[in-house]
Amino acid sequence: MIDPRSHGALGRSIHNHQQELNTIPEIPKEKYILKCTSACAGCSDSLALRYVLKAAGPDTVLVVPACCTSVIQGTYPNTAFNVPVYNIAFASAAACASGMSNAFRAAGKKTNVIAYAGDGGTLDIGIQAMSGAFERGTDFLYICYDNEAYGNTGMQRSGGTPLGARTTTTPAGKTEGKKDIDAIIAAHDPPYQATACAAYPQDIFKKVKKALTFRGPTFIHILAPCPPGWRYSTEKSVEMGKLAVKSGMWVLYEREYGKLTIGAQSKAAMKKPIALEEYLAPQGRFKGIDTKTVEILRQRIAKNYAKLQAEEATP
Amino acid sequence: MTRNTQHDRLAISRPIEGAAGKTGTWRVFRPVVDKEKCNACGLCSTYCPDAAIDQDLNVDLVFCKGCGICANECPKKAIAMVREEK
Repeated sequence: MIDPRSHGALGRSIHNHQQELNTIPEIPKEKYILKCTSACAGCSDSLALRYVLKAAGPDTVLVVPACCTSVIQGTYPNTAFNVPVYNIAFASAAACASGMSNAFRAAGKKTNVIAYAGDGGTLDIGIQAMSGAFERGTDFLYICYDNEAYGNTGMQRSGGTPLGARTTTTPAGKTEGKKDIDAIIAAHDPPYQATACAAYPQDIFKKVKKALTFRGPTFIHILAPCPPGWRYSTEKSVEMGKLAVKSGMWVLYEREYGKLTIGAQSKAAMKKPIALEEYLAPQGRFKGIDTKTVEILRQRIAKNYAKLQAEEATP
Repeated sequence: MTRNTQHDRLAISRPIEGAAGKTGTWRVFRPVVDKEKCNACGLCSTYCPDAAIDQDLNVDLVFCKGCGICANECPKKAIAMVREEK
């Protein structure tokens, strides 16, 4: 097979690879996370990370800034992660990954460099390093898993917290909306970017596999429902992720060289949406949300749908 | 000692099973599979956040945290969450 990372054969090899992807949804059995991390019961971050690493394979380095993933690895001198992990300060994940990627490429290695950061480390604190790395065209994959607050420090509000959600620093509900990081990434015009949800692990697997075939910066934004932070019982993590997609609070899509494709699950949700209350009601963080705020959320969903559909329709 | 002193001073963790202890002790409810109802679809194994359910659909109770995602997602309702007794 042609090396997908070589310059000349780029277009053709990606095409070949995508044909392969459509025919192999088989998930490998190898595990790159040993039993067991110290993540909370029902944590969808560890679920997502399992599939990210399955897709990336053994020749991978994870760069993890301060976030849940940096605290669930286990206690020193042991770790549950069976791939090299570099723990780095909050603001510098992308900068570190950038240097690492350049060093690997200079040494002629094709090692996958994956920055795996939370929403705080992406939307708020890590944004300038990330923007810089995308602007420089670093060959790496940036994954933001988004539990919509600063989870490991006790659920303080972040730029990713949606309107009306209660956190420990917004006890009456957040009065601002969620920052649209995907639009910010799209402005950098990366070869590939996608959104995913931890409730659809096969989809994550496919998207990570695909992202790693591109040369240049790629971005995947994964919604990761958080039982203690969103205040629902642990068994509902996957259900909550699916409700987020079905209600339109989260839209699955991928953008390849600027061409947007909306995911099948989100297309189905656009045709036949469920009531927004079905998503909000089981979550303690939306307890007591007023009807006016729900109406604003609903309008924003409609606006977002219209925007994405219009973009998909343009050739 | 084959490593040099500088290498020794780096804070490197090594991968090992049980790095965060035996997390099964956290459990309040234990998943019990009814093999009669189970049609071996494997969704429980797919969705288990900690890979505590293997390919043959056996639950590893040493590490299962008892979150109950498997029971909630089981299309045949073949998994019951039973309270652990002391």
